[in-house]
Amino acid sequence: MKNILEQFEQMAERFKDKTLFAEVEKSITTSEFKKRCQQLGTEIAKLGLFNQPVMVIDNRDIKTLISMFAVVYSGNHYVLLDGSSPIERLNKICAIIEPKLMLCQEKTLGTANELIKDRQCKILQIENCFNEIDLSLLNNIRQRSVSTDCVYILFTSGSTGVPKGTVITHANLLSYLPWFINCFNIDENTIFASQTPFYFSASVSDLFSSLFTGATFNIIPKSYFSFPIQLVRFLNERQVNTIYWVPSALCLVANIDLFKYEKPKFLKKVMFIGEVMPNKQLNYWRNALPDVEFANLFGPTETVDVCTYYKVNRPFRDDETLPIGVACDNAETFIIDQNGKEVTSQNTIGELYVRAPYVASGYYKNDEQTKKAFVQNPLQNNYPEIVYRTGDLVMLNRFGEYEYCGRVDFQIKHKGYRIELGEIERVAGAIENINSVVAIFDKEADKIVLIYTGKIKKEEFYSTLTTKLPNYMLPEILIKTANLPINANGKIDRKLLTNSYKQLI
Amino acid sequence: MEKLLNILNKIKPNIDFSKEQNLIEGGILTSFDIIRLVAELNSEFDIEITPLYILPENFKSAETILKLIEKLQEED
Repeated sequence: MKNILEQFEQMAERFKDKTLFAEVEKSITTSEFKKRCQQLGTEIAKLGLFNQPVMVIDNRDIKTLISMFAVVYSGNHYVLLDGSSPIERLNKICAIIEPKLMLCQEKTLGTANELIKDRQCKILQIENCFNEIDLSLLNNIRQRSVSTDCVYILFTSGSTGVPKGTVITHANLLSYLPWFINCFNIDENTIFASQTPFYFSASVSDLFSSLFTGATFNIIPKSYFSFPIQLVRFLNERQVNTIYWVPSALCLVANIDLFKYEKPKFLKKVMFIGEVMPNKQLNYWRNALPDVEFANLFGPTETVDVCTYYKVNRPFRDDETLPIGVACDNAETFIIDQNGKEVTSQNTIGELYVRAPYVASGYYKNDEQTKKAFVQNPLQNNYPEIVYRTGDLVMLNRFGEYEYCGRVDFQIKHKGYRIELGEIERVAGAIENINSVVAIFDKEADKIVLIYTGKIKKEEFYSTLTTKLPNYMLPEILIKTANLPINANGKIDRKLLTNSYKQLI
Repeated sequence: MEKLLNILNKIKPNIDFSKEQNLIEGGILTSFDIIRLVAELNSEFDIEITPLYILPENFKSAETILKLIEKLQEED
């Protein structure tokens, strides 16, 4: 198989009338979805573009999904733009892509028009594009396509402030998805409720596994996370049995003690990725839903979605670290220390490397960053083999599982010690009555700053910290606040805090 | 009311919350704003807004939010 659409079409033959995607008020069957994608795909193909990036403005709905896969039908690759992102960031992405075509809906036409100002870019408003399917045109395109063609470019916020676009191919997805589908027994009986935005790599596993297996993919509106009771009711109404969310969404449920009021009745599997899942909040879920399987997934956009995973199989105290587990099938991971040597002993920190057929091709029009992260396998020099440097620090625990120790970029030198800010957060976050905590480093002032939310006084918190952290890791500045700022991906905005924490004092 | 308006403006500046009647459907308060707002209200007014009260109809306008605060303060 060379193209993800072949996998989708095989599934579509078996489950023609099954609901594939559902919003709150609308849903679409597999065959209807295929038809829509082919109709819109025909219109795009008629423009004569092949293997070109096509921008899609994300409106988190079925129309957005149709747009994405219509682009793939047309032999091109989609680039999602978050319609609610600041126009400045979207412009940065457009400047890198220099798109020739942008797909929008009636609702997002205004954003689209603003973005293509001063660019040679055509807009298609998709509502006008559902006409006749030209099957011979689409078949020709399929003939021409190869499995190393790009399916999508997904932008992550580069630490330099310039977004990086990861190029993911058909071959990447076709080699990655079997792991996810087999590992979690995803099939036509799986009912997902999707939380993560489509422009975030964590949406790839549940979305594409639905396309491949016929699972039903429910789109949870963002607003349900502000009104969590609606969220549980939605899960029960749709009989959702599998969720794949970011930890902050799971923590929200735990922190407000939502299950005291209403519990999900059909849930069987809970997976999470994107941040460290604190055991305190996970224990809340485990206690409330003892029959549910939990899995901690770990991985960057550059390995499609996940590269290591841990199925939670033993009890953890609130202050213990949840491992990120072992490599996924068809991937190998290893640790390289500062001297470029492989680490095989336990409890020694080094950078995690991944080799797998689903390591991305690189970053779009960014040779410099590509060369830094996609490198020759340091363990063999006999033939060319590109592996991915994750920039994540990990170590092996006594069970032979990886534990996450923070980002290479969050490793600081302070008072002569090498310190992982992530370690401070882990210890501090496990203290009773702490809801969330973030550690940052003010380089200029040479001070560790700890910012937290929770029902605990600063003095008490600090004195507890002194019993749990070595002196050199203790924060010099402790700030209590009602809220921590969140970035576009729903993660705590460290950059903003580092630049502006003084305003919170 | 003034205290509430100040909190609202801290979360979203440049909006006249005394006039807006459609904070949720109008997209003025997004999901993360609501969670931030609830945390602020809980600590500033010393109340506990449980999930059962975190509903769209209670967060439509400054007025409805104030009603909720007063109700929870009375219950206390």
